[in-house]
Amino acid sequence: MEALAQRTFEDIKATLHKLGTDVVAPAAILVDQDARFPEEAFAAFREHQLLSTYIPQEFGGDGLSISQICELCRILGSYCGSTAMIFAMHQIQVACIVHHAGGSEYFRQFMARIHSEQLLLASATTEIGVGGDLRSSICHVDVADDGNFTLEKKAPVISYALNADAILVTCRTNAEAPASDQVQVVLNKGQYELEPISGWDTMGFRGTCSSGFVIKGTGHKDQIQPMPFSQILAHSMHPVSHLTWGSLWTGLAQGAVNKARQSVRDMMRRSNELPQITATRLAELDEVMFSMKGGLFSALEEYQDILDSGNLFRAEKYGFSIQVNNVKTRCSEMIVDIISRAMLIVGIGGYRNDGKYSLCRELRDAYGAALMVNNDRIRGHNATMQVAIRES
Amino acid sequence: MSMDRIRAIVAQTVKLSKDISDISDNDDLYSLGLTSLTTVNLMLSIEDEFDIEFDDNMLSRQTFESITSLAEAIDELQD
Repeated sequence: MEALAQRTFEDIKATLHKLGTDVVAPAAILVDQDARFPEEAFAAFREHQLLSTYIPQEFGGDGLSISQICELCRILGSYCGSTAMIFAMHQIQVACIVHHAGGSEYFRQFMARIHSEQLLLASATTEIGVGGDLRSSICHVDVADDGNFTLEKKAPVISYALNADAILVTCRTNAEAPASDQVQVVLNKGQYELEPISGWDTMGFRGTCSSGFVIKGTGHKDQIQPMPFSQILAHSMHPVSHLTWGSLWTGLAQGAVNKARQSVRDMMRRSNELPQITATRLAELDEVMFSMKGGLFSALEEYQDILDSGNLFRAEKYGFSIQVNNVKTRCSEMIVDIISRAMLIVGIGGYRNDGKYSLCRELRDAYGAALMVNNDRIRGHNATMQVAIRES
Repeated sequence: MSMDRIRAIVAQTVKLSKDISDISDNDDLYSLGLTSLTTVNLMLSIEDEFDIEFDDNMLSRQTFESITSLAEAIDELQD
C-alpha cells in the first residue's frame, strides 16, 4: 500500500488507460444493454485504489488535484459514459468531504476508510416535492438527546444506490428549520434501507442505475457534515460537479471524434486520396471539440486557483458561478453536436449498434447531459446573476 | 441611520419567513427566505437607495447574507 501511495499521476493515468481498454470498454456494451452497474470496472478500480485518488496523502490517498481528477474523468469518458459518470459522482462527494470536513474526527477517519476500504460514495440530494431544487429539503435529520439520529428521504434519484458503500443525504437541520437550512449527512451501508420507488430504463447513461428510493437511515450526529450544505454546495459540489461532468463529456466527445478520424483514415487507405468532404468535416468537428475543451479548461484553471488560494469563498462570486454554469450548459449541448457531426463523418457504420464505428451509445448518453440538472434551470440562475454583474 | 434603511429594503424586497423586527443584524437571510432571484431585487433596491453600484467582486452570497454584511458592503462602496 505504501508503494501505491507514492505512484505518480502518470502511473495513475496509465493504469486507468489500461483498465479502460481491458475492462471498462469491453463491459460497456452489456452495461448499456442491461442497464446494470459496471461492476467489473469498479472492482478493478478498487483493486487499483482508484476510488481514493482525491483523498489527501495523510489519509492514504493519492492527494491528486481537482484538475487531475477531471483528467481521469475525461479519460474514462472515452471508454464508457456511465462508468465515467459514476466515477465523477463519487469524486464530487469525496471533494465535499475533503474540502469541508477535515476538522471533524469522524470525517478524518471516514477519509481514511474511503482509502483503506475503497468506499464508493453515492448521493441523495433531490427530493420528491421540491421540484429539483437542491437548496430545498422537506426531510430533516432528527437528532435525539443521546446523539443518535433518524432520517427518511423520498429521493426521485439516487444513482448506483444499491452498489454504493455510503450515501450522502441532504436534509434540513431539524424539524423546525426552513427548507433552505440544510446539512449533508453520511449514511454507511448497514445504517440505511432502500425502498425502490422508480426504476431506471432510460435512453442513455443506463449503467448509472439512477433509480428512485425512499431511504431510511439511522446514525450518530458525528456523521452530519459540520459545515452548512449551502456552503458545501457553493464552494465544492457545484463547481466540482460541472467540471467533472464537463470533463467526462469531453472525453465521450473525444472518443467519438477519434472514431470519426479513424474512419476517414480508413477511407483514405481504400482510395489513396483524401476524402475531401469528410476530411473537411473532421477539421470542423475538431474546431467544436477545441471550443468545448477551451471553455472547460479555463473554468477548471480558475477553480484550481481558488482551491490553491485556500479561499473557497471566491467560488461564491457570481462571475465564477456563471462561468461554471456555462461549462455545464455549453458542454452538455456541444457534446450532442460533436457526436452528431462524428456520425455524419462515419456514416452508416456510426448508426449501426454493432461494429467498431458505432456511435449509438455515445449519442444516447450525450442527450442526457443537458437534462441531468436541467439546463433551463441553470440558465434561470444565470439570468438573474447576469442582471447583477457588470462584466462577464 | 443606514441600518434602518437596509432593514426597510430587506422587508420590502424579500419574502421573509419572520417579521423584520424579529430578525437580528447577523441572521442568515438565505435561511429566512432570501433567494438568488430576490438577491438581485435586493441589490437593485440598495443601489437606488444609497446611490451606489456594487462591484462585480462583491457579488456573492457573503455580501447579501445578513443585514450586517450588507451594511459593510455599502460602507465600503460609499468610502
